[in-house]
Amino acid sequence: MPARNVAMREAIRRALREEMHRDDNVFVMGEEVAYWQGTHRVTRGFLEEFGERRVRDTPISEMAIGGLAVGAAMAGLRPVAEFMTINFAFLALDAIANHAAKVRYFFDGMFKVPLVYRAASGWGNQATASHSHAPEPIFAHFPGLYVGCPSNSMDAYGMLKASIRDDNPVLFTESIALYPKPGPMPAEDDGDFLIPIGKGDIKREGGDVTLVAYARGVDWALQAARQLARDGVEAEVVDLRWLRPLDMELVYQSFKKTNRCVIVEESLPMYSFGGEIAALLQENMFDYMDAPIKRVAAEDAPLPYSKEIELLALPDAQKVVNAVKEIV
Amino acid sequence: MGSPTKAMLLDWYRQMVLIREFEETCHRLYEEKRITGVYLHLYSGHEASGVGSMAALRKSDHVITAYRDHGIALILGMDPKAVMAEMMGKKTGSSGGKGGSMHLASKDHNFWGGYAIVGGHLPLAAGIALEARYHGKDDVTMTYVGDGATNNGYFHESLNMSAIWDLPVVWIIENNGYAMGTEVDRASGQVELHRKAEAYGIKSFGRVDAQNALEVYAVALKAVDYARKKGPVVIEHVTYRYRGHGVSDKQYDAREDMSAELKEWMATREPIKILRDCIESQYGDVGEVLAQHEADAVQIVADSVTFAEASELPSTYEDLMRNTYVSSDLVHKTAASVGAGID
Repeated sequence: MPARNVAMREAIRRALREEMHRDDNVFVMGEEVAYWQGTHRVTRGFLEEFGERRVRDTPISEMAIGGLAVGAAMAGLRPVAEFMTINFAFLALDAIANHAAKVRYFFDGMFKVPLVYRAASGWGNQATASHSHAPEPIFAHFPGLYVGCPSNSMDAYGMLKASIRDDNPVLFTESIALYPKPGPMPAEDDGDFLIPIGKGDIKREGGDVTLVAYARGVDWALQAARQLARDGVEAEVVDLRWLRPLDMELVYQSFKKTNRCVIVEESLPMYSFGGEIAALLQENMFDYMDAPIKRVAAEDAPLPYSKEIELLALPDAQKVVNAVKEIV
Repeated sequence: MGSPTKAMLLDWYRQMVLIREFEETCHRLYEEKRITGVYLHLYSGHEASGVGSMAALRKSDHVITAYRDHGIALILGMDPKAVMAEMMGKKTGSSGGKGGSMHLASKDHNFWGGYAIVGGHLPLAAGIALEARYHGKDDVTMTYVGDGATNNGYFHESLNMSAIWDLPVVWIIENNGYAMGTEVDRASGQVELHRKAEAYGIKSFGRVDAQNALEVYAVALKAVDYARKKGPVVIEHVTYRYRGHGVSDKQYDAREDMSAELKEWMATREPIKILRDCIESQYGDVGEVLAQHEADAVQIVADSVTFAEASELPSTYEDLMRNTYVSSDLVHKTAASVGAGID
């Protein structure tokens, strides 16, 4: 792999393509993944390269996509099932939560379910309410499923490869806003570049405040950190990368140093990622806490169509800066 | 292909009396609170549906069903001891006490399990069948589905997917007249449920009197052969449940029309009697063999109860957490990891 910047969409495409070359049991299925070349162009060229056996267009049948992947995985295949957007995965929630996540458990380990659900996620571009969700935490609610949410090209590449190779079911979300964003890739040609499931990453070091984020939230946190640095506040940015398992070790290490925390996420604020991280911090790091933990999330409203109020609902770097300034 | 041999018929009888004894024992144990839990859906009355159809399979074929799964498990040859222990939530149960009555399975028997969300197993069946197609094998996936499930989205989407991908699934609709308490004609616009196959361009093998194991078998043979060579098929088994939707269903006691209907089915369309009459009319005096099977069933089930009751209950935190995930080197865990489960 040449060391150069590639868009996150391309990094995901490479990971998927390489894993399909590595293992014949890996196949992709979903709406428009084959002849249309993928709604988000992640599977561009796959049909020509791998053929209809391994690149399978489905009807608009999310319940069947969700459940068929479970059966195929139990039987020995390694499906990568694409939900065109995560909004449509709600239709498959039963298959995901009741079967992908639980068949191993309720048959006490008799079966493995090595599947990956890929889903484009996020708000913006006036997509309106029903197409504007970043509901990763909903899926992270269920034991039995892992949830990966990369924030850049290299992470997406290594995380998807690990997700495909692992024997557990993984929901892998791809922020639509990050698809075109270029980022560095592994320096060497390395088809085995894997980012372990549940391992977070420090994206920026700093001693004054810890910003905990994932996916698009990492972008806002990094922008905010640069802005804060101009005012002499050094923020440490912890990218958890996975919502399940949660690498709280990394958060605790950072928090012991900074004693302050702002949690940043694209998702809705109630019963949220931010709520979970804040609760874990107060339970486990109470003695290190010097200020209230702040949360920056979307506003508690469905997303409207009209641009100005849509942007009002979304978190951004300035909201992160404002939250930090309240506690440093 | 053809008629069942004498040995097959006698074996079907063995299977059917074993199921009936097992299910009626489960019912008694539930009443005595020796089996606890709220879900226990018995296969009494359905025996010929499973026995006749699975006789058309070979060992490498696959089977999956919903929550009325005890009979299916026993037909496939699962150990009654492990099945009874699962009813009682014991460590020695086939699912280690994690699944209970609705979640029996056995990898060794290509039994992909019983599932508790109505219709939820149907796309899984399609996925299992896809694996066979993907690897160029002609094994079929025999999938049992209740009449109620034919009205939900899983049924529609899964049958449609099986059609467009030519998946070797034998969709068997076990129509016992009721989805919980709702009669078929109050739940389905199309009351001839097998005709739903037409909507998806799937071959239907029609309606079968599923109280008669021989009729079930004759149709299943053709349907399985078709599925192996071409693609999905639908068969509708018309059958009846003797113990209500589940053991907590008391409608048969409360409603005169339902209890009269039940008596009528038991008196005129009893699957074990129908098979017995058939065997006797063809082979004369086989009373001794049949009596032996009946006695064996009583003994096997009694032994299963003794085994299950003597078995240990899972009780530790490790028992609770185990098998949430597959142990994996690709998963990073620290003392502070949250939501990682244990293997």
